[in-house]
Amino acid sequence: MPSRRSVYLDHAATTPADPRVVEAMMPYFTEIYGNPSSAHSFGRKAEFAVETARETVARILNCKPSEIVFTSGGSESDNLAIRGAAWTARHQGRGQHILTMPVEHSAVAKTVEQMAEVMGFEQTILPVDQYGMLDIAAFNQACRPDTTVASLMLANNEVGSLLPIPAFAETAKQHRILLHTDAVQAAGQLPLDVQALGVDMLSLSAHKFYGPKGIGALFVRDGIELTPSQSGGSHEEGRRAGTHNTAFIVGLAKALELAYGELDEWVAHYQAMRDQLIDGVLSRVPGAYLTGHPTQRLPSHASFIMDEVDNGTLIMHLDMRGVAASGGSACKTGNPEPSGVLLAMGYSAKEAASSLRLTVGRQTTAEDVDYAVEMLVETVEKLRQLTREIML
Amino acid sequence: MSNNADIRVVVAMSGGVDSSVAAALLVEQGYDVVGMMMRLWSEDTVAGGAHNRCCTPDQMADARRIAARLGIPFYVLDTQEVFRNTIVEFFIDQHRQGVTPNPCLECNRHIRFHFLQQNALALDADYLATGHYARVARGEDGRFVLKQGIDPHKDQSYVLSVLGQEQLAHALFPVGEYSKSEVRQFAERFGLPTASKKDSQDLCFIGDNNYRRFLTDYAPEVMIPGPIVRQNGEVLGQHNGLVNYTIGQRKGLNVPSHEPLYVIGTNPYRNAVIVGTMDELGQSSLTAKRVSWVSGTTPAEPFRAQVKIRYKATPAAAWVEPLTDARMAVRFDEPLRDITPGQGAVVYDGDRVLGGGIIERPVEAS
Repeated sequence: MPSRRSVYLDHAATTPADPRVVEAMMPYFTEIYGNPSSAHSFGRKAEFAVETARETVARILNCKPSEIVFTSGGSESDNLAIRGAAWTARHQGRGQHILTMPVEHSAVAKTVEQMAEVMGFEQTILPVDQYGMLDIAAFNQACRPDTTVASLMLANNEVGSLLPIPAFAETAKQHRILLHTDAVQAAGQLPLDVQALGVDMLSLSAHKFYGPKGIGALFVRDGIELTPSQSGGSHEEGRRAGTHNTAFIVGLAKALELAYGELDEWVAHYQAMRDQLIDGVLSRVPGAYLTGHPTQRLPSHASFIMDEVDNGTLIMHLDMRGVAASGGSACKTGNPEPSGVLLAMGYSAKEAASSLRLTVGRQTTAEDVDYAVEMLVETVEKLRQLTREIML
Repeated sequence: MSNNADIRVVVAMSGGVDSSVAAALLVEQGYDVVGMMMRLWSEDTVAGGAHNRCCTPDQMADARRIAARLGIPFYVLDTQEVFRNTIVEFFIDQHRQGVTPNPCLECNRHIRFHFLQQNALALDADYLATGHYARVARGEDGRFVLKQGIDPHKDQSYVLSVLGQEQLAHALFPVGEYSKSEVRQFAERFGLPTASKKDSQDLCFIGDNNYRRFLTDYAPEVMIPGPIVRQNGEVLGQHNGLVNYTIGQRKGLNVPSHEPLYVIGTNPYRNAVIVGTMDELGQSSLTAKRVSWVSGTTPAEPFRAQVKIRYKATPAAAWVEPLTDARMAVRFDEPLRDITPGQGAVVYDGDRVLGGGIIERPVEAS
């Protein structure tokens, strides 16, 4: 057995903060601590930091600074976008129909579901293919005169598939539907030019691109009026009340700036590690199948079905060998609900319970990948044998 | 002699004081300790919750927190399917046959010391530890012996009587060497929660702990009314379902009699409850099936021993005669009340568990 390593392959869950990001944040805890809303010099210094951060984010997203709203993270951005736009549209009498996919992150899926079930909105969840991809013609057909918002994720968190968003944006525009995209997984790996993407709203979360947890951003195209989810003061032009989290806003901007300044080299690294991982698993682990699109997928993302292996047990065994992996969606209570994403893609509940997600990152090395593959080879066969022995 | 750090021990944690102290003692002794909790099956339809009472979200959070404080990994093992297929099905099936089973015995046999223990060994563990009050020792012949816990009030060797050499070779019971009050002191010293929780949840999978309601839902035939009879066949009245009667029960019979009558048995084939006098209730013998011997060897001759017929019963002096087909006959020196088919008959030699089996219905025995 190779000597034990500690290998983190769950970068889709979260990434470590880049030390350069942490360094950039530090002054804003103790030195530049003013409230950005205050009129005095202390406040102005903090305000300058927040607005500079906004400009940085806007530059990378190719939009105006006023189109950026800072939030507490990806889930809040998704909530604010969908709720905010849908309530305003309903208030203006434009309709209450929302379009989405069954493979969305729960921050989108549960939000739309709640709006449909208890707030009188209507939702249509469009079916996806075996890769989790949506058909553009089906989307076009589902658009109705009373459809106001569509939410389609750019990159899937469980299976890594990428949706060709520009085409959907064009269709949405023809139907005068606002298109929101959850770009939480895509950020730091794919270009986020909102003009090229053509979207009206886009969600980000800093901790997925080597920034801190608890801070996110939402791009909202000029002219879209959002009904705030969190009311209060007039922060963020009335779109999101609450004192600015200066240090974390600075951290988000710094992390985004670094990620996009170094995009090509990191993406090349992710791809190399991911391809080595996918090749290793598919060639060496019997009964392992790739899930998600084989080519149109996130550079860092590998996901599999490990036939006849319970993923909760597999993750436990990998953890004991120092490999941090994920079952697709987090479950640590021993009561695995089969992934709705995989079910929607046509997999059985049993297959969904055998899913494994491995996501590489900046620190991942070729030796790490070799080690992880080796541990999978050992563990998967062992668990299949165990299952045969103990399932009464 | 190997170092404890090279010995991996998976400890079954419940969030309660006993298993928490067990884990802490093992950590203190320098073992490579891994905490594990089983997610067991539960009904999900009843008021009272969709959670098995052995692994509620609170208990899970407690165990997770304790593991974190001890600095050990902690995992929850999905045991729902195998638990449903063995323990719950068995429970329902036995009631259908007019027998009151002891699910904890079966759980130790199939779940804890098979499913969980095999999972632990597959995780490269050398031992599975639990918070049971019992002891494992090595006899002069090199075989493992199972002994009562030091604390006579807490002894749980009864429910472990299903273990054999294979299981005991990989079992540790760290709190069995201590009294409950010592365990509490350990908990305080280790900074663990000492709040007393119920030791065991006999019917952990029944959300509202109402087994009559459960059986009405899952085996409605056990609730069909039938006759209450004497041993000679004389019908005295009507019962409202066999499951509502337990051996030794006196109240709620509502039958006319000039002397106190007790439930002395049931006859599921005639759906009858059999009642009799105090004298008829007493039995001086029983037979048991599915008998296993801790040593792995069936004794060749009848022998003197003490036998416990329930978890909380006092061991009673008896002759024990091993029979073929993994059965045994037990003849008590004095008649015992409340010998209940389905419960374990566990054979002791002093503080040593020799083996045990499941008490048969008298009709099976004849």
